Amino acid sequence: MGTIPQEHYEPKSDSAKWIESRLPVLGLIDHLRNFPTPKNLNYAYVFGGILVLFLVIQIVTGIVLAMHYQVGEYAAFASVEHIMRDVNYGWLLRYAHANGASFFFIAVYAHIFRGLYYGSYKAPREILWIIGVLIFVAMMATAFMGYVLPWGQMSFWGAKVITSLFGAIPLVGESLQTWLWGGPFVGDATLNRMFSLHYLLPFVIAGLTVLHIWALHHVGNTNPTGVEVRKESLETVKKDTVPFTPFYVTKDLFAILVFLTIYAVFVYFAPNYLGHPDNYVEANSLVTPSHIVPEWYFLPFYAILRAITFDLFWIIPAKLGGVIAMFGAIAVLAFIPWLDTSNVRSTRFRPIYRWWFLVLVIDFFVLMWAGAQPAEGIVPMVSLIGTIYWFAHFLIVLPVVGLIEKPLDRPESIEADFAAKHPHEPASGTPAAATQPAE
Amino acid sequence: MKNAIISAITALSIGFGASAAVAAGGGGKLLDHDFKFEGAFGTFDQGALQRGFQVYREVCAACHGMKFVSFRTLSDKNGPGLSTEAVKAIAAEYEVADEEGEPGDTRPGKPFDYFPTPLAEGNPPDFSLLAKARANGPHYIYSTLLGYTGEEKESGDSLLYENTAYGGYFSMAQPIDEGYVTYTDGSPETLEQYAADISEFLMWAAEPKMVERKQAGVWSFMFLILFSVLVWFTNKKVWHSVKHPD
Repeated sequence: MGTIPQEHYEPKSDSAKWIESRLPVLGLIDHLRNFPTPKNLNYAYVFGGILVLFLVIQIVTGIVLAMHYQVGEYAAFASVEHIMRDVNYGWLLRYAHANGASFFFIAVYAHIFRGLYYGSYKAPREILWIIGVLIFVAMMATAFMGYVLPWGQMSFWGAKVITSLFGAIPLVGESLQTWLWGGPFVGDATLNRMFSLHYLLPFVIAGLTVLHIWALHHVGNTNPTGVEVRKESLETVKKDTVPFTPFYVTKDLFAILVFLTIYAVFVYFAPNYLGHPDNYVEANSLVTPSHIVPEWYFLPFYAILRAITFDLFWIIPAKLGGVIAMFGAIAVLAFIPWLDTSNVRSTRFRPIYRWWFLVLVIDFFVLMWAGAQPAEGIVPMVSLIGTIYWFAHFLIVLPVVGLIEKPLDRPESIEADFAAKHPHEPASGTPAAATQPAE
Repeated sequence: MKNAIISAITALSIGFGASAAVAAGGGGKLLDHDFKFEGAFGTFDQGALQRGFQVYREVCAACHGMKFVSFRTLSDKNGPGLSTEAVKAIAAEYEVADEEGEPGDTRPGKPFDYFPTPLAEGNPPDFSLLAKARANGPHYIYSTLLGYTGEEKESGDSLLYENTAYGGYFSMAQPIDEGYVTYTDGSPETLEQYAADISEFLMWAAEPKMVERKQAGVWSFMFLILFSVLVWFTNKKVWHSVKHPD
């Protein structure tokens, strides 16, 4: 099926043969079950599994919420209160869904930064990476539209600010904005389309996720060393990998449970901590909240949007500049596979790039902080510097460091890396192994 | 183990509370009050909810409605816990819109009706969600009632009143003071007591399922921790032969 040699599935019983010869679904299940997975993956690699779980949590809670939610500018807010007060465990559904969005983003950011650190985007995984970027964009669109649905003050004004961005596009902007709103203002028509698309997009994400996993199973996982699984034969594959079941089933499950425990603390004990009090005030087009802020997971990109307060290159007005910068900050991710010139995959063996990666992580959090502040004092300057670094990192640092850096020695195989970390008993081993206590 | 979990939860919830207090900053100053519903195991004080409801009924309800709170919920066992008869009597005191009559007709309320909105919608604010619609809501409400400085100023043709919790002037005159409401359970009839009781009641009005939520949370948390520990050891066992092949 993929490029990694894997034992071929042979149906044994007559019924299995009957099914397999008509639809090879049993072979597919067997492939997924026993997929050869590098044995040296660390806990940075658990977020993919967590993300699949959260997609399921969001879809399941969302479908049940939609059974009780009423779309409509006079009905939406009241129907959310109906869910909170009258629907059995409605409070749990809604808090699980709202906090689920936040934890979905915590996991996706961890997943993206893991990919950046270990060079998961490098050949032959460019398409795998780009599908991931598309999933991220679809997630942001879905989360944004979902936040509009309760039709609170922050829902309404957030929708107004973000949709107005499209008005900045030259020539077609104003028509585009009216088309998005479904009329001359943000109102009932806007809310209705947000609901419709909020229900649609998760299934687009699910479809993209299938492609993402398909691509992953074709090329195989990366691993912290960046050294590929030796694909010459089944024997070499077996030395570098373990079957997904049971080894990564138990490991991923453990990580999922720890993540769910933290999620549960928010859902049950601080369900509104990540939200905004203004969204418990019904939408009112005549009263503007004193400080409009998006949800925390949009803050870095919101900071980039607000960072451009001046006309760019004399011809691009500031507002359009901000919009271009914000979308560009996400779009640049899709080009990383070709911007990285290093021939080493894992940052573990990149002594210079490692520091720049750390700066990128700090830059991300600085932008997140700046996005939450009112745009006054040093905040616009901090946002601008953060924005410049975000682009400089991908457009300058990534290509240049790859050319000048002398990478460290890499292990010759995953097997060697794993053996160095888990030395055999003294009888079998080298002096180095003898001096290290077994784990 | 259990103690460790309990202190972990408590630490977390105190942590959340503290940062919320900082976030409330704005321009106003909030007073701290120890509400019984705070923390991972906090539940509503039924006496406080009943007194708070009395304050609402006798003072606040003149201007503030609670359009998402139905009379029947006053008998919730984790809420004010009033008797069914008491709820019927309370509901009947309010005039609600009669949807079977002519437009504008009213009839006495029934338990399934909602607290009506006495004045124009939106202003003064509805009380159903006030405790969640302000940063650090219960403390904000408590501090507002205790935050009048006595300073007034004219703005157009209306008076504005200075309030330290709001951090400036707003349009509500001090609505309640010592002795306004007569308690039957012997609680002190002070402004502090009134403020604490109405804040607790409004927290319940905004989040009536809070007690159920926290109870479910404690069980979910303990289950997840226990399951995590079991899977941790399962995983260790599963990997043992790979990490120690000899």
